Amino acid sequence: MTAEEWQIVWFTAWVSALSTLAILPFGLALAWALARRDWPGKSLVETFVSLPLVMPPVATGLILLKILGRRGAIGGFLHNQLNLDIIFTWRAVLIALGVMSFPLLVHFARVAFEEVNPRLEQIARTLGASGWRVFFTITIPLAARGIIAGMILAFARALGEFGATIMVAGNIPGKTSTLSLSIFQDVQLGDDTHAFRLLGVSVVMAFVAVWCSQLLMRRKGKM
Amino acid sequence: MSLLLKNISLPLAHFTLEVDVDVQKHVTAVFGPSGAGKTSLLDLIAGLRAAQSVFIQLDDRVLTDTAKGLFVPTHQRGIGYVPQDLALFPHLSVRRNLLYGHKSGGPENPLFSLEHVIEVLEIEPLISRGVTELSGGEKQRVALARALLASPRLLLLDEPLASLDAPLKAKIIPYLARVRDEFQIPMLCVTHDRFEALTLADEIIVLVDGKVMQTGPVSEVFTRPANAEVARLVAVETLQPGNVTNVNEGLATVSVNCATLTALAPPTPSREVFVCIRGEDVILQRDAATTSSVRNRLPARIVALRAEGALVRVELDAGFPLFALVTRPACAELALREGESITALIKAPAIHLVPR
Repeated sequence: MTAEEWQIVWFTAWVSALSTLAILPFGLALAWALARRDWPGKSLVETFVSLPLVMPPVATGLILLKILGRRGAIGGFLHNQLNLDIIFTWRAVLIALGVMSFPLLVHFARVAFEEVNPRLEQIARTLGASGWRVFFTITIPLAARGIIAGMILAFARALGEFGATIMVAGNIPGKTSTLSLSIFQDVQLGDDTHAFRLLGVSVVMAFVAVWCSQLLMRRKGKM
Repeated sequence: MSLLLKNISLPLAHFTLEVDVDVQKHVTAVFGPSGAGKTSLLDLIAGLRAAQSVFIQLDDRVLTDTAKGLFVPTHQRGIGYVPQDLALFPHLSVRRNLLYGHKSGGPENPLFSLEHVIEVLEIEPLISRGVTELSGGEKQRVALARALLASPRLLLLDEPLASLDAPLKAKIIPYLARVRDEFQIPMLCVTHDRFEALTLADEIIVLVDGKVMQTGPVSEVFTRPANAEVARLVAVETLQPGNVTNVNEGLATVSVNCATLTALAPPTPSREVFVCIRGEDVILQRDAATTSSVRNRLPARIVALRAEGALVRVELDAGFPLFALVTRPACAELALREGESITALIKAPAIHLVPR
């Protein structure tokens, strides 16, 4: 493995992990609101959040490109006010990965929250616990398995993201190149040995992620 | 204590829960068939449920007043709640369940200290176990202890004995009685079991299809039901205080006024009991001479006869007021008349003894 390859592996791993952590608070909040509350427009939000799961990733990427570009609503604001560019930087990779893996996290966390007996939360409140305390001491621990499963799947989805990333971040070596983008490019250029080495790394990373999740599940199951 | 429940109107699936009562007694049973809205009432009091119209005041503190838009959140009410399924937190140990609502530090009432509660409910040996390793009766005690440790000003119990089988019930009842006597917390106890109500409560609220049918002292409601619906529910025509004088081989000898009865000994030994006899379990016989397996043969005088549909309610003086229900043809055949003497037969298992 060359230094350049290590850089690609390292970048892909940390940007995927960071995107999973970044969407976690929003994902949990939305999943809880979907599982426990009824509000107007709920089904609309549900559908909207699931869109990246069913739409072609490249289409999602194009939407992000339009919003985050210098002439886009958010991108324009950030460029003019904070002199911050998103498109074709690592930040674009982060956002693309987050948006693409968000539905998976929300889906799993929602199912996990729905499986927590609301009576337990209610009785915790009669014991003097505030809403936040109930959430962190009863709801989250009891939903932990589902939430962790959702996080691992979100992370795995981020590791393999291709379509949306290439639209908003391009494939700039040393800057926005991820594993998927590099493998694609190497195959295009006929550099098979390079591609196979990265393929090997992908397999190892996927294996470790799934293996970790299974170990975690087994330990939780014993509780 | 005073718990004021006014103008309560909560639409449920098949009826509207309508309650307007002032609970004054130490232990009050909310009594009624399943699906009468009993649990919904407890949820309203605990603030776990909202309704269009509710006024709830506990002592001098208004907890819910929909007219003024006032609603004290559940966690600030100081109302302990032991639900029917107990709701022990499965991911926490018994100790951490107990300590969940326990305020450590600050001026603490020694009555509600961890040591005292553990002692009263005898849960020391369970404390380091996981919740899933407990038996039904143990879970019940842990749930009670957990609620007590939050030092509540009112304790709500939802069918505390319903999920337990008879021997376990007999084991838990003394604990409930101890909690009642030891901690002096007012309790509101939902039940559909008349003997449970009789054992634990001073006063009873009879709830049928969301409506309060009758309130009053337990023995009064049971012997003088306000209407046919309550009568059908409680279905105990005779209810008298008695004293167990002897227990031998599972049989108890009970003195009621000047009469002596033989009954099955109650699972929890108690000297002072309520003697409960259903009207249809009392057999009337003209001549007293015949022998049979019936343990109790009481010479009695007929005080009054009252027709109730196909049945006649016979009020007897057998040394204590005793009621018998017989069919009209039987009444005619025996030519029952007021003032006459007759023998009342009651099998020992038909006499229920409830600790008082």
